[in-house]
Amino acid sequence: MARVVVDVMLKPEILDPQGQAVQRALPRLGFEGIADVRQGKRFELEVDGPVDEAALARIHEMAETFLANTVIEDFVVKVKS
Amino acid sequence: MTARIGVVTFPGTLDDQDALRAVRLAGAEPVSLWHRDKDLKQVDAVVLAGGFSYGDYLRAGAISRFSPVMETVIDQARSGMPVLGICNGFQILTEAHLLPGAMLRNNHLHFICRDQKLRVENAETAWTADYEQGQEISVPLKNMDGRYVADERVLDELEAEGRVAFRYLDLNPNGSLRDIAGITNAAGNVVGLMPHPEHAVEPLIGTGGTDGLGFFTSILKKLVAA
Repeated sequence: MARVVVDVMLKPEILDPQGQAVQRALPRLGFEGIADVRQGKRFELEVDGPVDEAALARIHEMAETFLANTVIEDFVVKVKS
Repeated sequence: MTARIGVVTFPGTLDDQDALRAVRLAGAEPVSLWHRDKDLKQVDAVVLAGGFSYGDYLRAGAISRFSPVMETVIDQARSGMPVLGICNGFQILTEAHLLPGAMLRNNHLHFICRDQKLRVENAETAWTADYEQGQEISVPLKNMDGRYVADERVLDELEAEGRVAFRYLDLNPNGSLRDIAGITNAAGNVVGLMPHPEHAVEPLIGTGGTDGLGFFTSILKKLVAA
């Protein structure tokens, strides 16, 4: 069974208060030197059958219509071996 | 024959009973609609009520947008049927691309619940005709994902076309761009807003006023006149 990962991130120009809250907490916990944090979502898909071009195209379509809202988010599809 | 106004219940919808009640108090016939049914039971207009449909697990409104009832609602809305999306309903309308932009987590990350002052910026939509342009109203607001965002081009277009229907007054409760509380589509039949007019239709509850009733009397007048 093949695994495909879809990473979804807010577009750079969209304010990410969750990431900022994490970033502000870091120094309090003793983790210095992190200038910025942005929080995203990762989907791991177990795919039946081969991950050929057609399967990848379907996953791309799935990410674009459902997993990500492309008004506010970018996404990247990666095949894991 | 009075107008029939449908209110959709998704799993996780919380405010459907209040919306049905508001419809009835305005003098229309309330009709319950179920998310699994494509059939709209011949209603003249639809309200998408507040709550956390499908738990908002992916993004607020994202899963509901693909429910069978929404196939018909999207179709009918594009051919002119009036649709009002309140809170989670507004989120569903943006996810369905019936309204532009998107709704994100409040900028302060807290759930917020308060009486909210709004200015009616567009009193010509199907759901706002009983208000005056510039009128200030107070209705309850309660949400986690109420931050309206869109890119500059879309925001400028909304402003230029008078499609910002409501703006927050005194306090922007969630970081919405340009204090936008609600918008309409170009045709004026689809309206979405974060605050809850259906909770301000009787003096006994909500804000203690009836500022929200105008939404439901507006649509009734429009439908009876049509």
